[in-house]
Amino acid sequence: MELNCPLPFEDHEKVSLAHGGGGRRMAQLIQEVILPHFPNGKVENIHDGAILQFGSERLAFTTDSFVVTPPFFPGGNIGDLAVNGTINDLAVCGARPLYLSCALILEEGYPMESLRRVLASMGTAAEAAGVALVTGDTKVVDRGKGDGIFITTTGVGRVLPGARIDPRRVQPGDVVIINGPVGDHGMTIMCQREGLTMQGDLASDTRALHRETEALIERFGEAIHCLRDMTRGGLASVMNEIAQTAAVSITLKEQAIPVNPPVHGACELLGLDPLYVANEGKLAIFAEAGTEKDILALLRETDPANQPAVIGTVTEQVGAAVVLESVLGGSRILDMLSGEQLPRIC
Amino acid sequence: MCLAIPGRVVEVYEEAGLPMGRLDYGGVIHQACLAYLPEIKVGDYAIVHAGFAISILNEEEAQKSFEIWAEMISKADEAGIPLTGESQPAIEPSE
Amino acid sequence: MKYLEEFRDPDVARLYLEQIEAAVTRPWKIMEVCGGQTHAIMQYGIQELIPDMITLLHGPGCPVCVTPLEQIDKAIAIAGQPGVIFASFGDMLRVPGSEKDLFAVKAEGGDVRVVYSPLDAVRLAADNPDREVVFFAIGFETTAPANAMAVKQAAALGLTNFSEIVSHVLVPPALEVILASPENQVQGFLAAGHVCTVMGYHEYEPIAARYSVPIVVTGFEPLDILEGILLAIRQLEEGRHEVENQYRRSVRRTGNEPAQAMIGEVYRVVPRQWRGIGEIPDSGLGLQPAYAAYDAETRFKVDTIRTREPEVCISGEVLQGWKKPPDCPAFGGDCTPETPLGATMVSAEGACAAYYRYQGMPT
Repeated sequence: MELNCPLPFEDHEKVSLAHGGGGRRMAQLIQEVILPHFPNGKVENIHDGAILQFGSERLAFTTDSFVVTPPFFPGGNIGDLAVNGTINDLAVCGARPLYLSCALILEEGYPMESLRRVLASMGTAAEAAGVALVTGDTKVVDRGKGDGIFITTTGVGRVLPGARIDPRRVQPGDVVIINGPVGDHGMTIMCQREGLTMQGDLASDTRALHRETEALIERFGEAIHCLRDMTRGGLASVMNEIAQTAAVSITLKEQAIPVNPPVHGACELLGLDPLYVANEGKLAIFAEAGTEKDILALLRETDPANQPAVIGTVTEQVGAAVVLESVLGGSRILDMLSGEQLPRIC
Repeated sequence: MCLAIPGRVVEVYEEAGLPMGRLDYGGVIHQACLAYLPEIKVGDYAIVHAGFAISILNEEEAQKSFEIWAEMISKADEAGIPLTGESQPAIEPSE
Repeated sequence: MKYLEEFRDPDVARLYLEQIEAAVTRPWKIMEVCGGQTHAIMQYGIQELIPDMITLLHGPGCPVCVTPLEQIDKAIAIAGQPGVIFASFGDMLRVPGSEKDLFAVKAEGGDVRVVYSPLDAVRLAADNPDREVVFFAIGFETTAPANAMAVKQAAALGLTNFSEIVSHVLVPPALEVILASPENQVQGFLAAGHVCTVMGYHEYEPIAARYSVPIVVTGFEPLDILEGILLAIRQLEEGRHEVENQYRRSVRRTGNEPAQAMIGEVYRVVPRQWRGIGEIPDSGLGLQPAYAAYDAETRFKVDTIRTREPEVCISGEVLQGWKKPPDCPAFGGDCTPETPLGATMVSAEGACAAYYRYQGMPT
């Protein structure tokens, strides 16, 4: 009986969707292909934004592109994501978001009505957050060369005086807290694409989180070691990135991680893990031990929509970066996402 | 292999000549082909794989399991075996 | 979710574990056949929780893992052809062929689409009459009724632009090969609950008798697996070798007869190469002559593909339960889920990927 095995093949020489998935492939692309060209940027601690010293002030500076399909979905549209997403990137740098720019790439033939709806959402979201859109750019590409609408927003904010947010400050003993159930946004998009309809209210969780982050920094100051918004790649990816940067391990309790029932159902159906699914309104907080109770209370106070939970603790570095204790008591490693999560039948 | 999960049939209809159903998986509705279960009806639970219902879930057998477990748990409680107490007795179907 | 969550109850699990502990008096090796069961075992850390005397071996129940290299290469070749819409279950997209995978074909401009149901592929064909839609029909017996219906439906709709690359595999011949081997270590099986939902379990009775092995038809939730292990251990300890049905809420001895009838109408039993194991006679499904028009392999004359096989990967030995993934020199080093050498590392159900994710690297 012969034993056969496939040859290892070389890495693709073309960009693949996996490179945008928020997981390992994307991290590799950034480290090995992109960053080497920009040595002056000192982009060492890959955080959601850059913190720049401006005289005695610290500014936070970030950019993000939005390419979601479909552009309209329950809970919002690409415009909401574009504004809230960039606000959140600034917020998790410990900054108060101040100004946004917006670059639009529109495909020839894109309906003006859709464009108006997207822009209206952006305007509303910006106003609600007290952020001003101060500059922008518009380009139109030939039909077939764009996916309807792509948006890039760049944001600037002032880092709050009490903020000392740095993944390297995360240390053993820290508590890990999130502000609500995971997987809503990604599963909403997936369900739209797969034609699953929802009974009940599965919708994107897109929202601005700067009020929460500001309240946390104001009250707890340096006891907040790190903040992250959990977007593409989900909770698991954020945990892995922090563990790696801070050279620690993180232990999570599966039972403590809230997941909304329709998200749960859709994940079971498609064979996906909600811990790897994208969010657009969820915060991960790494804070000094002992602050949990007060942090939970503050989050609830800031917005009753928050359903905060302590989901784990940071420990000394052990074999694995992130360990998940299952409901039965056995544990497993919550690894970095490999490429994109795809629906499966196996 | 063979990811298949139980869903409750909430509607049956025909599409392109095939018997189809809309199934409820804990709040998510998705369609599945019912061609292999001619006796299935609204209210039944089906096990669905790759968009096809392959068996009608035998609720009696499931209930038997739940009853056996309830007994196991109460015996354990009596014997003083520490349990998490997070166990919830499986609820009877409401319809 | 009803009839799912109840089977994850931690207290009942604890009690099953105690019963297993009480029943076992010597070492036993049990193989769970189905990749979905491997996945659950890993996800809930069941190997960690059961007594050390019980070793769980992970069988070749991952159709993604055992789909022959030749079929993958053919699929890749066809998917790259202009005008083709190549539809596949998500599972197959990152399985390495000799040169690349389907994901790479997509990156290079091929129209590769993930579908959840084979009927979605038929719909693609109906909606795109000017394109050729090819569906990658893989799986065990569980998926065969769905894949068969796709062909039947294409015929009923009079579609001339739909075809399948058929690469089905059957479980009982694989069990026989494992049991007949002089290297065999398996003493009892947890049979695949969803395969048996379709096929019933009467086919396993002669196998249990011939090789004196207990076979317990088992479900996929943690309590199913624990109960399956308990029943298998009891049989082993008592010297019995019967076919028992743990997954009674889904499986009947005769299975799903309309589904079996459709499989028989559209497909016929053929010899099949199992990746990592080699050819097993009468272990696969191919199209019946009446449906030969829907065979993508004849519709697209694909040049003889020279498949390339290195020696490092021990998928075959892992699939048959002779070795565990950490025994492989490449495990965790050259071979990781990011850079898989074999299908058992790519598939979420593959023993190697499951080991890597859930038990980490060898220390």
